[in-house]
Amino acid sequence: MYKIAVMGDWDSIYGFAALGLTPVVVTDGKQGTKKLQSLAELGYGIIYITEALAAEMTKAIDAYRDQGLPAVILIPGVTGNTGWGLRAVRQSIERAVGSNILLESES
Amino acid sequence: MSAKHVNPTRMELTRQKRKLVTAMRGHKLLKDKRDELMRQFLSLVRENKALRERVEAGIHRAHQGFLLARAGMSDEEIRLALLAPKQEIFLQAETKNFMNVAVPSFHMTTRTSDPNDIYAYGLAFTSADLDQAVGALAEILPDLLRLAEIEKACQQMAAEIEKTRRRVNALEHVVIPETQQNIRFIKMKLDENERSAQTRLMKVKDQMLENAHHYQQRSEEKTALAMQEE
Repeated sequence: MYKIAVMGDWDSIYGFAALGLTPVVVTDGKQGTKKLQSLAELGYGIIYITEALAAEMTKAIDAYRDQGLPAVILIPGVTGNTGWGLRAVRQSIERAVGSNILLESES
Repeated sequence: MSAKHVNPTRMELTRQKRKLVTAMRGHKLLKDKRDELMRQFLSLVRENKALRERVEAGIHRAHQGFLLARAGMSDEEIRLALLAPKQEIFLQAETKNFMNVAVPSFHMTTRTSDPNDIYAYGLAFTSADLDQAVGALAEILPDLLRLAEIEKACQQMAAEIEKTRRRVNALEHVVIPETQQNIRFIKMKLDENERSAQTRLMKVKDQMLENAHHYQQRSEEKTALAMQEE
């Protein structure tokens, strides 16, 4: 049985606590990298990370891209949508197709 | 020119031919796999994008609600209200094998069955905005889960497509042409050997006949005789 965690600054994630997700308050990338690793080992199946925090720890997140679980998913924080989440989707497309054929034509 | 040296023998020729057949078969299969993966990937990635936009809009709405709630309540009150959540979410993760890609599928179970257990605070001292914000967040939770599922699947499929594409290209542009070159080289070499053996035999036969019947000597004698008669 897996659990779900949400990482980010307190303002962006405290609402998720009410739903039963585990809030993990992290503000800088270094701390986030360590926290992410320990969460992955603790049996969290999905880890949502705010885009602002994710921007500071891209290396750690990329390490989990090709692995099975946990799924590391970016969500917008309280400061607004930075577009990092969609960028991750775009990266997948570029990797698979070789160039971005989808998002450019649709947007 | 082949990169590696191959022995021009019949045995090597058979081996290379067999290798070519396997490579061509592998190439066809991998190409089919790549095409199918790509087809699935594209539809999945479209869904991923649409879902992400929906989720991001939903979270934005929820954040707005929380902002309103904080305007009406003090920070301490909000912290207190959300300090001890009643509800807890457990995740069941299965992996489906899709074309050798382990695609996750998540099922969520909550600790209590009452959907109102997300409001784990007394309603007397909290603002209605907080309820609405928490409710809005709960609404997008299934989408959030589905997003995690699809996005992970997309990432893994992208990795698999990349791998498969490389294999297809390696077979198409390196292994198959090289093997064909090797086969050509061995065939030519063998033909050449056969021709040289044939000519050698003909030459030897000529020499042996010469030794037995002295054709040369006789024809010389014949011409000499003819000249004498003239």
